[in-house]
Amino acid sequence: MLKKFFGEIGRYFLLMGKVFSRPEKMRIYRRRVMVEMEAIGLGSIVITAIISVFIGAVVTLQMAINLDEGFIPQSLIGFATRETMILEFSSTVVALILAGKVGSSIASEIGTMRITEQIDALELMGVNSASYLILPKIVAGVFFFPFLCIMSILIGTAGGYMISAVTGVVMPGDFLEGLHLDFNTWSITYTLIKMAVFAFIITSVSSFYGYWARGNSLEVARSSTRAVVASSITVLVFNLILTQWLLI
Amino acid sequence: MIRAENIVKSFDGRRVLDDVSVTFEQGKTNLIIGRSGSGKTVLMKCLVGLMPTDGGEVWYGDTCFSRLDFRQVKAVRQEMGMIFQGGALLDSSTVEENVRLPLDLFTDRSEADKRDRVDFCLERVALTDANRLYPSELSGGMIKRVAIARAIVMNPRFLFCDEPNSGLDPITSGVIDRLIAEITREYDITTVINTHDMNSVLEIGDKVVFLHEGRKWWEGSRHDIMTADNPELGDFVFASPMARRTRQPK
Repeated sequence: MLKKFFGEIGRYFLLMGKVFSRPEKMRIYRRRVMVEMEAIGLGSIVITAIISVFIGAVVTLQMAINLDEGFIPQSLIGFATRETMILEFSSTVVALILAGKVGSSIASEIGTMRITEQIDALELMGVNSASYLILPKIVAGVFFFPFLCIMSILIGTAGGYMISAVTGVVMPGDFLEGLHLDFNTWSITYTLIKMAVFAFIITSVSSFYGYWARGNSLEVARSSTRAVVASSITVLVFNLILTQWLLI
Repeated sequence: MIRAENIVKSFDGRRVLDDVSVTFEQGKTNLIIGRSGSGKTVLMKCLVGLMPTDGGEVWYGDTCFSRLDFRQVKAVRQEMGMIFQGGALLDSSTVEENVRLPLDLFTDRSEADKRDRVDFCLERVALTDANRLYPSELSGGMIKRVAIARAIVMNPRFLFCDEPNSGLDPITSGVIDRLIAEITREYDITTVINTHDMNSVLEIGDKVVFLHEGRKWWEGSRHDIMTADNPELGDFVFASPMARRTRQPK
């Protein structure tokens, strides 16, 4: 079990070595990065926006219910919503959601290419298939996911503001005041660093499981599941490490 | 010319290729035949380096392919073309993008030059007006034609075809066979074809190698195969009732 685990880690780093070797033609890779940004990034905007607006609204409601004491200023509800969105939700939770959506898509795409011999065909042409297929996905993810994170923060807090305006659980003015309260710009830097690291983990781990898929469509499905589980766990572990390292 | 010397390959202790030595000649269509599981595909994958061998060597002309490093293997592979069983076209790319990919990655030709070369190769396989189609929009025969066009776009010296007729009707199979044979002679390349289609053997088999239980059992030409005195080969060649009737004296 332990031998298999370390064996997998070794194979992952060997694959990454192949991925980051010198690309054949930068121009082709740049074009592929754009294509991947559209597939991985633009394709995730809607789901990220929907989840963010609802979570922002729910966090505001929960805060309003739990801080319903006369001595606690209502502006703290806006403050708490903002901090929740910035520090955890828009990076870690969005990353977990993207691990499911993007991770399974990457693993099944590359896995299908493997079992239909498309990867062998690339190798036969003399193409470094690992670099050609995986590097553009990693670059696209690392550059685009932080934008999704910023978008999620903005939409989530907007969701909180909307629910406060609609239900009146907190006065919108107090909510806005809370959003401006004790703002620390390092929180944004911290969450963007986290998101870039999570993007690398999701795209590379999912690609790894897809790249080494063997057999038939059932195996591709299993690889896809393994990719989601492994990248989600790795994201959670690195969330802890990065929080300890960057915030404490 | 490609030379395989004493190739050995095992999976989980089961020997799939057992001391196979064979020479594939330049300018000829060299066919590897044998029953399913006889080791044809494994031999081809060992020849092109997609599978490492457990023993033996593969020579491309005077170059020992088995002793090359990663970069040298890449260089030799740019002289190879391969047609896979299912075509192996990139699903997310159009016909044109599939064919021009090696040109994009390994040449500094101008856009117009690349377009001309792609059009030439597609015309050579009698496939025009399909440049913008995706593989999912093509028939089985068209996929094989695109795969051939992609395989010849870099003017390869070595062409490998893994069951190029699988899934095709007899007429389309004949067209694909003749196309491969024509290209082999036209460009004087070394072509190696895996097949168990006897029509292909009789039509284009300049040299035929019969594998049985992982060993080279027989080799000769299509002219010798019908009269060869080899029981296992006979069972394979005359497996169908129609073929058996041609064998039995009236």
